[in-house]
Amino acid sequence: MTAAVSVQNATKTFGMFTALNDVSLDIEAGEFIVLLGPSGCGKTTLLSILGGFLSPTNGRISIGGREMTHVQPANRPTTTMFQDYALFPHMKLRDNVGFGLRMRGMAKAARDEKALGFLDLVGLRAAAEKKPHELSGGQRQRVALARALAVDPDVLLLDEPLGALDLKLRRQMQDELKAIQKRVGTTFVHVTHDQEEAMAIADRIVVMNQGRIEDIGAPADIYMRPRSLFSAGFMGEVNFIPGRVADVDPVSAQIETALGTMTLARSAFTAGAPFAGQAVTLCIRPEHFRRAGNGTAELVTLGSAQMTGQAFFGTHYRCHLRPQGAPDLSIIAHMPQSAHVSEGEAVTLAVHAGDVVVLPSATKDA
Amino acid sequence: MLRNVLISTASWVYATLIFGFIFLPVAVLVLFSFQDGRLPVPPFNGFSTQWYTAVFADRKLMAALLNSFVVALFSSLIACLLGFLAAYALARHKLPGSALQRGLLIAPMTVSYLIIALGLLTVLNAFGIPLSLSTVGIGHVVINLPLCFAIIYSSMGDHHVNIERAARDLGASDIKVMVLVTAPMLMPSILAAFFLSVTFSWDEFIIAFLLSRFDVTLPVEIWSLLRSGLNPKTNAIGSLVFQVSVAVLMLLEFTLFRKTGKS
Ligand SMILES: Nc1ncnc2c1ncn2[C@@H]1O[C@H](COP(=O)(O)OP(=O)(O)OP(=O)(O)O)[C@@H](O)[C@H]1O
Ligand SMILES: [Mg+2]
Repeated sequence: MTAAVSVQNATKTFGMFTALNDVSLDIEAGEFIVLLGPSGCGKTTLLSILGGFLSPTNGRISIGGREMTHVQPANRPTTTMFQDYALFPHMKLRDNVGFGLRMRGMAKAARDEKALGFLDLVGLRAAAEKKPHELSGGQRQRVALARALAVDPDVLLLDEPLGALDLKLRRQMQDELKAIQKRVGTTFVHVTHDQEEAMAIADRIVVMNQGRIEDIGAPADIYMRPRSLFSAGFMGEVNFIPGRVADVDPVSAQIETALGTMTLARSAFTAGAPFAGQAVTLCIRPEHFRRAGNGTAELVTLGSAQMTGQAFFGTHYRCHLRPQGAPDLSIIAHMPQSAHVSEGEAVTLAVHAGDVVVLPSATKDA
Repeated sequence: MLRNVLISTASWVYATLIFGFIFLPVAVLVLFSFQDGRLPVPPFNGFSTQWYTAVFADRKLMAALLNSFVVALFSSLIACLLGFLAAYALARHKLPGSALQRGLLIAPMTVSYLIIALGLLTVLNAFGIPLSLSTVGIGHVVINLPLCFAIIYSSMGDHHVNIERAARDLGASDIKVMVLVTAPMLMPSILAAFFLSVTFSWDEFIIAFLLSRFDVTLPVEIWSLLRSGLNPKTNAIGSLVFQVSVAVLMLLEFTLFRKTGKS
């Protein structure tokens, strides 16, 4: 079973503190949504409001078209998988997974069978008679997933389910989680502060910061075409280069920066149309730098820069560069393994115009 | 080297003295319960189980033993139940003046049994409630409730909150959460509270003496035996009581504390 979720203007305040600030979000049925953001940005708060553990101070929640704002958790078509798994320590895995069914009045034989089926889904059928303390972290996480799915929720809410696992297991569980979600078709709302995890599993990522939604979109969209400076910086390493819009015409805009003047298409302005005189910030990912003079068109040159340091990362060299036009700026660029550049050497920086994103510069409140 | 030997010898001597001090009276009691003769005083005349036979034949003693058992069992059950409910309420809900309420619940621990007994006696008189085993039980609930509350409350950690939430999320009502999740999770401390409460009630004299009339508990019966002079029978029944307490403590040690230590 699956259902769409709609959050309208949800605000949550704790005393004077605003944990969630006018958040609106529409989730389609069967979607895998990831709420991504730094610690304390309100992810758990939003999830708790969806699950019914908190009531929003303002705003409305509906699930599957039904008003849910003040409905108790037990009566919502949602189940939550908690950050600490919250398994019942005194029950066998089978009874843990069957608990929700028991609460729904299902007879013992039937619920045991169903519970075994869900344990099978997460690969733990053989451990059905064990107690939670006999399991590893990853196994507990699977049991929590099976328990939450056993009651056939329309929406599954997952609060950093992979947070306690080591990196390797985490990557493996991500794939499993994604596969299971495809299989059962339930809407998943998954919280994390790991952007790699978010990109690996999400259909759409919701980037949050300080109680607000900064950006929503498919992983590639958010990474390549971020709509806020925060979102650009949170999704991965990025160079911010300050500039000013000098001139605007119907298809492009001219921007003056310390690295020279460049002309970019209007589509580079992801957060709204530019206007002349606007203070903007150019966002360029380190892997988007190219060597100038490779012959391809649309390459924008950014002047020459001096290499001040580099480190080998296996797939690339990560280089620090000091542009000649702006010696106080430090640029990070990735160069191919084959590049042989030594410290102090000058290189000419260039990027594809299509790779550059231009965002309004931070105002006072951001 | 020599110093180490000295230290370890000293600590052994110390330990022997301490345990001797604690257990010698008990050992003497048990020894003279097997005294062959009329007086439970040295010298030890020889081994006999006649006093145990006499104890088991004494209908009044046996009735008192049963009374003690019933009072201990029921008063401890009630104290645990009330203690658990109070702990649950104070740990999981915002109550007005919760610090004050916690203090009030634990306060009786600091009041002497004599004061509690006298107070209860006055209250019972005022309400015209006749003294009986039930009033002794009430007295024992009063002294054991603070203990049960303190033990259970201290084991209700925040890490249980999400587990209870999960149960509620899966459709459990508040009562079901308490019965199926909270109580079983806290079972080690609930049982510890229960057994401690049983041993306290089993031994208790002052309240049992002042709040009972015709049916009395074992300590009161032993006391009335002692009034008619030293009697090896008292040693025998004393040893029995001691053995029951030890058995309960052993049970505690080997079942509960083992388990909680592990998890
Ligand atoms: N019950 C509460 N009372 C007061 N403040 C709260 C409460 N719950 C959360 N907050 C505050 O709201 C903010 C958001 O909390 P939330 O738990 O949603 O963060 P989060 O994004 O889940 O962070 P993390 O990644 O660390 O889990 C935090 O600054 C937190 O201090
Ligand atoms: Mg959180």
